[in-house]
Amino acid sequence: MKEESIQFTLNGKKTEITIDPTLTLLWVLRDQFGLTGTKYSCGSGYCGACTIIINNEAVRSCAMKVGEISGSEIITIEGLSNKEKLHPLQKAFVEKDALQCGFCTPGMIMNAYGLLLNNPEPTREEIIEGMEDNLCRCGAHIRIIEAIQAAGQEMKGGKKS
Amino acid sequence: MKRNSKKRGLATTKDKFEIKRRDFLTLLGGGVMVYFGTGNSSELLAMPLAQRRELSKDYNAFLRIDEDGTVHCHTGKIEMGQGPITSLPQQIADELDVDLESVKMVMGDTMLCPYDAGTWGSLTTREFSHYMRAAGAEARAVLLQLASEQLEVPVEDLGVNKGVISIKANPKKKVSYGELTKGQRIERFMDEKPPVKDHTQFHYVGQALLHSDGVLKVRGKAEFTGDLKLPGMVYAKVLRPPSHLSKLLSVDYSEAEKLEGIEVVRDEQLLAVLHELPDKAEEALAMIKAEYSPDDLDVDHHSIFEYLLNAPSDSQEVRSSGNLEDGKAISEEIIESEFHDGYVAHSPIEAHTALANWEGAKVTVWASAQSPFGLQDEIARTFEMELDDVRVISPFLGGGFGGKIYHPQGIEAARIAKLAQKPVMVAYTREEEFFMDYFRPAAVVKIKSGITKEGKIALWDFKQYFAGNRGSDTIYDVPNAKTTGIREKRGTPVHPFPTGAWRAPGNNTNTFARESQVDILAEKAGIDPVQFRLDNLADKKMIAVIEALAEKFDYTPKVGPSGRGIGMACGTDAGTWVAVMIEVKVDAKTGNVQPIRAVCSQDMGLCVNPQGSILQAESCVTMGMGYALSEDVEFKGGDVITSNFDSYQLPLFSWVPQTIDTVILDRQDQAPQGGGEPAIICMGGALANAIFDACGARVYQMPMTPERILEAIKGQP
Ligand code: FES
Ligand code: FES
Repeated sequence: MKEESIQFTLNGKKTEITIDPTLTLLWVLRDQFGLTGTKYSCGSGYCGACTIIINNEAVRSCAMKVGEISGSEIITIEGLSNKEKLHPLQKAFVEKDALQCGFCTPGMIMNAYGLLLNNPEPTREEIIEGMEDNLCRCGAHIRIIEAIQAAGQEMKGGKKS
Repeated sequence: MKRNSKKRGLATTKDKFEIKRRDFLTLLGGGVMVYFGTGNSSELLAMPLAQRRELSKDYNAFLRIDEDGTVHCHTGKIEMGQGPITSLPQQIADELDVDLESVKMVMGDTMLCPYDAGTWGSLTTREFSHYMRAAGAEARAVLLQLASEQLEVPVEDLGVNKGVISIKANPKKKVSYGELTKGQRIERFMDEKPPVKDHTQFHYVGQALLHSDGVLKVRGKAEFTGDLKLPGMVYAKVLRPPSHLSKLLSVDYSEAEKLEGIEVVRDEQLLAVLHELPDKAEEALAMIKAEYSPDDLDVDHHSIFEYLLNAPSDSQEVRSSGNLEDGKAISEEIIESEFHDGYVAHSPIEAHTALANWEGAKVTVWASAQSPFGLQDEIARTFEMELDDVRVISPFLGGGFGGKIYHPQGIEAARIAKLAQKPVMVAYTREEEFFMDYFRPAAVVKIKSGITKEGKIALWDFKQYFAGNRGSDTIYDVPNAKTTGIREKRGTPVHPFPTGAWRAPGNNTNTFARESQVDILAEKAGIDPVQFRLDNLADKKMIAVIEALAEKFDYTPKVGPSGRGIGMACGTDAGTWVAVMIEVKVDAKTGNVQPIRAVCSQDMGLCVNPQGSILQAESCVTMGMGYALSEDVEFKGGDVITSNFDSYQLPLFSWVPQTIDTVILDRQDQAPQGGGEPAIICMGGALANAIFDACGARVYQMPMTPERILEAIKGQP
C-alpha cells in the first residue's frame, strides 16, 4: 500500500507520520511510537486491552487503521497523566489495588476515562455497563469498579491531576 | 492500609545481555555478595523445587547487598499478578532487619537468579520463601559476626535496626551492612544455621501492603515480553495446522514471498513468515497455501464424556478405608451421580510471547514463562547447548494460571531467530493462544454414596476419570470410602490435544463433583447443607473454616432448596483449607445466573500479606465463575474451534457479586500455605449448590450454562 502522510495529535503533541494507512493503529502506536502501554490481547475488538481515547471517546485501537486517525486527538495511557503525578484514575487503581497482572490495566483505565468524560458521575450500574466489554482474566473487577467510583468522585471534586 | 510506595523493578532489558555467568561475581563486585547454604541438601533435594536440576548450595538462594544498603533479592520466581514482588520483600526485610524500601527484587532471570523449577502450585510462599528466609537469617548472622570483628565487641552486645548494626550499650558506635563490607567480597557460611524469626518478631510480615508494582502498571510502564524491542527485530508468524492431528503435506508460499520485506523460514514442520511489521507478517501468512493430512478423529465437545469413559486407561486407588459393602448395608439411601466437566482454556490476557536473540553460539530469550529455568532446559535440549549459553528472562507476565508452564513460543522464537539470524519476536495471536493452549482436561466423576437414617455419610465411592487426583479424596469423615483415579494409559494419549495444569489442577472438577454430591445427600437427609457438612466432618480445621464462613455470611440454616439461592462448597488445596459461600439469583425463564454476594473463608497458616491474599481470594471467586458458568472449549477432533473471546466467555463486570468478603483465619504462628489457587476450587460446587437452592434444579455438568440450567429446570419432577 502506498504511504501517506498522516497528521494527528498524540498525547498533546502535534505529530506527523508517513506510513501505509492500512496498518493497524495498535501496532503503529506500539511499534512506531514505542507506546507499549496499549496492549494487544485479542486483536478483534473483544477485550479492550488496546483501548485508547480518540477525540474524547474510548476506542479499540486493534480495530482501527492508522489512516482513520488523520486530524484526530489521541490519548494513550502514557499521555493520561502529566509527568510525575498520577491521574486520579491511575491513583485510584493503585490505592484500590484494582489490578493483579496489570496487563488489562491500561485498557481498563482508558476505557474508564472515556466513560467519565461522557458521564462524570456514573452510578455503579453505569460503570458496570460502561466497562462490560473490557476483559480481565485475573478477576480484579470488583476493585476496578470501586476505583472508577473513587476517581469519578475525585475528578468531580475539582481535584486535578 | 499501607502502601508500599517505592517501585521495585524487574531485571529486564536494562541488564546487559552480554554478561556471562562467570563474570557475574565480578559484575556484582561493587557490593557484597554473601552465599548462603540452605542446610541439609538431601532435605532440599526431597523438595519439589529441586525436581529437575540439582540445587547448588551456593545458588539455591542468594542475596546481594550493595554498598548503599540496597538489598537485591534474587529469585527464579516470576510475577504474574499473584504478588511475590510484594510479599517476598516483606519476608526478607524482616529476616535481615532492613527497611522494606531497600529491598529490590530480581526475578525470573536464569543468569542472575538461583535455580527454581518454576512458579506454580502456590509454592512461592509455602516453599521458596522458606529458603529465602533462611538465607536472610544466615546473612544477618554473618553480618553480625563481621560487625563484631570490626567493632571489637561480642555479637551478643550488638543490635540491628534497618540495616545498621550498633553496640547496644553505645548506639553511636555503629556500622551499616553496606559500610561493613565496603570494598570486599565476603564469602562466609554459618556452620550452625541460625533460626528464622517467629511470628512475634515480624515487622513487615502480616502487614497488608498494596501491590508494589501498581504504579508502574497503571502508567503502562511495566514491561511485558511483547513490549521489548531489539535493533533489527522482526515479528514472526508461524503457520499452524488446522488440527493438532494434522501434518503439513505440502506448502506453497511463493505469493507470500513476493510481499516486500517478507522473509520465509522453514525447518521441517515449522514454517514462519517474518516482517518488521506484525501486520505485514500476518498478511503474508494468510497468503500461504498449505495442504495437511486429514484429522478424522470422531469426537467433539458433546461426545467427549462418552469417549473418555471408553478410552484405554489405568486405574489407581488413591485411598480406601472400611468396606464399601458394609457402607451399603448401613445406608438408608444410596445416591449415584455422574458429573461432567468440559475443556477449559487458561486465556491469560497476555498471550504467549517470546523474543529470541542469538549472539554467536549463545542465545537470550525473553518470554512470558512461568518457568524460565524450564525454558532454559528446553532450549538447551533443542539445540544441544550448554545451559550457561542459554539465558532466559521472564519479564512481568500478563497472567499465567498454570498456562505458561510450557513455552512453545520460546522454542519457536529461538529456532526462527537462529534460521533468520536476527532477533525474532513470536507473539501469539488470540487464535494461536487458544490453539496452542494445553487445556484443563475434560473429565467425568462418578460418585456412589449413601447416608444413614441419622444423616451420616456411610458410603463414599468416588471415581474420577482424567481430572487428576488433586482434591479427589473426600474431606468428610466417612467410615467406608474409596477414591479411585482413572488416568491415561502410558503411551496412549486420551485427549485430542495437549492438556495440563490449570489453576488448582484437578481440584476444580473434583470439588465440584464432591460438593454437589454432598448437597444432594443433605437434601435427601432433610438437613441444612451447612449443618450437614459440619455433622459429617471430623477435620477441625475445616469445621473452623466453615463456621467462620457462615458467620461472615450471616447464614441462617434452611433445608434446600430454600429458594434463597445460597450455596457453599469447601475443600483443601495447596495446604490451605478453604470454603466459599455465594448467593445468586436464577432467572427461571432464561437460565441466567446473577451472583449477588460471596464470602470466602480460609485457613492458610501464616499470612504474609493479608492484602495480597484477599486479592487472590477475590481473583479466585471471579475467575472461578467462568469455568463454572460459561467457559467451554469447542472442538472437533484435534481442531480447536474456539478461537477468540466472542465464543469463549470469560466472566464480565456484570457477573461480579456486589461484595466479595474474605475471612483469613488468624494462624500467624503456623507454617504458610498456598494462596493463589485454593479458593477457586470451590466455585463450581458453590454455584451448583446455589443454583439448586434458588430453583431446585441440579446441574451435573460444567459449565452450567443457561441452556443446561433450563434443561435441569424442565427435567424437575
Ligand atoms: S486487543 Fe483490541 S479489543 Fe482486544
Ligand atoms: S489484572 Fe490481569 S488481566 Fe486484569
